[in-house]
Amino acid sequence: MKRIDGRKPDEIRPITMQAGVLKRAKGSAMVKLGRTMAIAGVYGPRKLHSKHQQDSTKAVLKLTYSMAPFSTDERVRPGPSRRSTEISKVIRQALEAAICLEEFPKAVIEVQIDILQAEASTRVAALNAASIALADAGIPMKDLVAACTAGKIDNDYILDVAGKEEDVTFCDLPVAYMPREKKITLLQMDGDLPVKDVENVIKLAIKGCEELYEKQKEALKERWISNLKLVEAKA
Amino acid sequence: MNMEEQAVAQQKVDDPNLLKKDHDFVVPGDKIISSIEYIPGRNCFRDGDSIYSKRLGIVGVENHVISVVPLAGVYTPQMGDMIIGEVEDIHTAGWFIDLDTPGSAFLPLSGVRGFIRSGTDLSKIYNVGDLIYSKVVSCTRQGINVSMQDPRARKLFGGKVINISPVKVPRLIGRQGSMISMIKRMTGCNVIVGQNGVVWMNGEKDALVTEVVDKIDREAHIEGLTDRIEKFIQNKLPKGFVPQPQEEEAPAESSGNFSDFQAKREDQGAGDGG
Repeated sequence: MKRIDGRKPDEIRPITMQAGVLKRAKGSAMVKLGRTMAIAGVYGPRKLHSKHQQDSTKAVLKLTYSMAPFSTDERVRPGPSRRSTEISKVIRQALEAAICLEEFPKAVIEVQIDILQAEASTRVAALNAASIALADAGIPMKDLVAACTAGKIDNDYILDVAGKEEDVTFCDLPVAYMPREKKITLLQMDGDLPVKDVENVIKLAIKGCEELYEKQKEALKERWISNLKLVEAKA
Repeated sequence: MNMEEQAVAQQKVDDPNLLKKDHDFVVPGDKIISSIEYIPGRNCFRDGDSIYSKRLGIVGVENHVISVVPLAGVYTPQMGDMIIGEVEDIHTAGWFIDLDTPGSAFLPLSGVRGFIRSGTDLSKIYNVGDLIYSKVVSCTRQGINVSMQDPRARKLFGGKVINISPVKVPRLIGRQGSMISMIKRMTGCNVIVGQNGVVWMNGEKDALVTEVVDKIDREAHIEGLTDRIEKFIQNKLPKGFVPQPQEEEAPAESSGNFSDFQAKREDQGAGDGG
């Protein structure tokens, strides 16, 4: 089976991941999945300056997902929407599982994710970017969180649902996964599918996560090691 | 350590079980070793039989302890660290100090040298906005406590303050203070580095010191840093520049303000320490 964009069923779109793209943020990352593009910046941990929001046992993670007005075919109204609030929440919960929040009581870690270009699977691109940015900011984490979507068209399971496929797939299922502990931290599903198929789709998505996990590590390695080399050459 | 123990320690460093060797780059979640003979140190954790990294950094293996030296991140206070903080607020029992960390530090009255008579206006000793060079005496869940009960501790007058990434402070100080003493000697600037990444300087060449500190911030992990910095300073200094050891700026207004005798003594005592 050939897909709309000519990929194999279990092939992810071309991946670009880059850490440390923003100068002023503590940590940052850019992730491109095909034409979907997300950029994330991390600020903190710093003191949370509204006492009633502080948690004396752990840090508070504040995460904002937003789509740029020019990211889709039709202009997106800037500002929070029902959809972006929900996505912010699920991404936050997916990352909270990995971050050692208990090391910074009464503090806040802020993550800002912007989708510059959207062509399906924006939440997984956003999650991958946020995960790299958090590690780049030197925040203690138990593992990196990788995310990927999967679905089913006719009789084929497909990895990384993209573009027009979103309209024809029976289901669109994003998964966030911590490969070290083999734990799923985000699982959502659009559409409906028999239980057995869902299991297979999840398995496929996890396979995609593992692939992206390696790319995340590479991105971090490249930023820190190439950064050192660059300065070396200059000197 | 006798010869035998030394040999064992050496063997441990070269242990083939180490998935990441000493000085290797790791990211959170990277497995460093699968063995119960090792202990997880700073920025590491154990899960089952294995030790994993918690932060982005460089692996350090020493005897049986595995730790990760972070390449990025905020300052995590440790007992005995000397830090530079700004007085944030005055309380009945002491001062709140801002250290540029997620949590606030507290300087209790007991942490001040000398006797403080009851009813003393604490703002006459340290006022909001004052900079202090002090020592971390405890860091617990309740918070960080600092103290001026250390010969190095003092209040900082005048000067200029800049920030450096806290993970690079050890490079700015250098082995046994070699880097910082060289900067001080060559520029004639008085420079104090807090472990929390705050650098205070006072002197004619403070602009140059700022440049040097920024350079160290950028190039901290490249070998031959001290030599490069030495050359950099030499190039930047005007020919025939003779560094004048910086005179301590007299706390001009303080002598008038210190109505309380004990407070005055405490301030002088702190000044002597530097």
